[in-house]
Amino acid sequence: MRLGVLFSGGKDSTLALHYAAEREDVVCLITIISKNKESFMYHTPNIEISSLQAEALGLPQVRRTTEGKKEEELSDLEDAIAEAGGKFQIEGVVTGAVESVYQAERVQRICNHLGLWCFNPLWKHEQKALLEELLEKRFEVIISGVFAYPLDEKWLGKQIDTKLIDRLVDLQQKYGLSPAGEGGEVETTVLDAPLFKKKIEVLDYSVEFKGNSGVFKIKQARLISK
Amino acid sequence: MILVVDMNWKKDSLGYYEFVLPIVTIAKTQEECIVKHFFEVTNQNLSQCDSIILSGTALKDTATLSQPEKFMWLKETEKPVLGICAGMETIGATFGMRLIRCLEIGMTQINMLKENPLFSRDFKAYSLHSCCVEPSEDFYVWAKSTKCVQIIKHKNKPTYGALFHPEVRNPEIIKRFILLNKS
Repeated sequence: MRLGVLFSGGKDSTLALHYAAEREDVVCLITIISKNKESFMYHTPNIEISSLQAEALGLPQVRRTTEGKKEEELSDLEDAIAEAGGKFQIEGVVTGAVESVYQAERVQRICNHLGLWCFNPLWKHEQKALLEELLEKRFEVIISGVFAYPLDEKWLGKQIDTKLIDRLVDLQQKYGLSPAGEGGEVETTVLDAPLFKKKIEVLDYSVEFKGNSGVFKIKQARLISK
Repeated sequence: MILVVDMNWKKDSLGYYEFVLPIVTIAKTQEECIVKHFFEVTNQNLSQCDSIILSGTALKDTATLSQPEKFMWLKETEKPVLGICAGMETIGATFGMRLIRCLEIGMTQINMLKENPLFSRDFKAYSLHSCCVEPSEDFYVWAKSTKCVQIIKHKNKPTYGALFHPEVRNPEIIKRFILLNKS
C-alpha cells in the first residue's frame, strides 16, 4: 500500500514512519507548517528542519503553510493530503498520534472524506515504552520545546537517553506530566533515525525561554555521513 | 487465557498496533493472552481459551465481512466472545443481521438501555465505524448512540458486541467482560 506520513520531524511521527516503512511503501511525507505556535494539531518547533529530514530519508515532502486557526488548519491539512494523493497516488495516511482523540478523529475524518486508509501505529502505546523504543532503535532525538512546569531551559537541546527518560518518568509521578509529552509538555526533533541515510548536525541554535515554556531553535544545520 | 483475534485485513499489518495491541495491553492486566489473526484461529485455540475478544480494524478495512466462512466457529463456540467494532459487525453478519451504512468518528454519547454487567450508566466512547448492525431478535440491545445500536448481547449465549472502541477511553468495559467470565 502506498502511504504518506504526516511528518513533523518529532519523535512520534518519525517512529510512526519507521513502523509504516517496515510494512508498506512510504512514498512521501506530508508536513504542515503552522504559524500558530499553540496549534492544537501540529508540532511546531523546528518544523523548517523537516525538509532536511526528508532529504535524509530520501523522501519527497508535500509542505503546506497554515495560519493555524483552530478549524481552518484542518482544511489546509486536507488540501495537503489531497495534493499527496494526486502527486504520489497515496492510498493511505499514517500519523504519530498516541493519545490525542482530538488529532486522531480529525485525521480520520479527512481520510474518510478523501477515501484513504488511516493508520496510527503508536495509538495508545505506553509512553515510557515508546521512549525506550527510540533508544533501542538508535534514534537520536533532542528536546526542542518545553511547555510545562517544572521543565526549564536546562532541558532544551538535551538528547533523549536512559537518564532523561528516568527523570521524565519521575516528573510524571510528582507532577502528572506525560513522559512522552503527549499533553504537549515536551516537543522533540529527530536528528538521526534508522531510516535516515545521513544524520543532521546542528551548526547554530538559540534557546528562548519565558515563563514556563521555551524552545531550542535550530538556526543552521546540515546533513553529514553516519 | 484470553484469545484476542486480529481482525485486520492481513497478519502483521499496520492496523495490528492500533487495534489489537491496545486490547492486549488491557487484557493482560487481567489474564494471560494469545493473539491469532482471523485466518489462523484453530479449534485448539478456541478450546484452550477462557474467553475471546475480536479486535476492530481501520475504517476502510472490511476484510472480515467478505469472508464469513472464517467465522463459522462464532455460532458454535460456547466461550464468551466480545466483538469490538469490526468484531461486532462480523458477529452481526455471522448471526444473519443486516449491516447498514452509519458513520461515526470521534467521541460519542452512549446511552444505556438496559441494566447489565458491563457498564452501569451512560458514558462517552471513541467511535470509528462506517456501518452498524440491525440486531436480530436473538440479541438484546444494551446501549445506543443517537445514530445506532452500540452494545448487543445474545439472549442465549455469552456473545457480546460493542460498536465503539472501549480500548481507547473505556478500558473498564474490557476488564469487566474478562472478570465476568472468570467467575
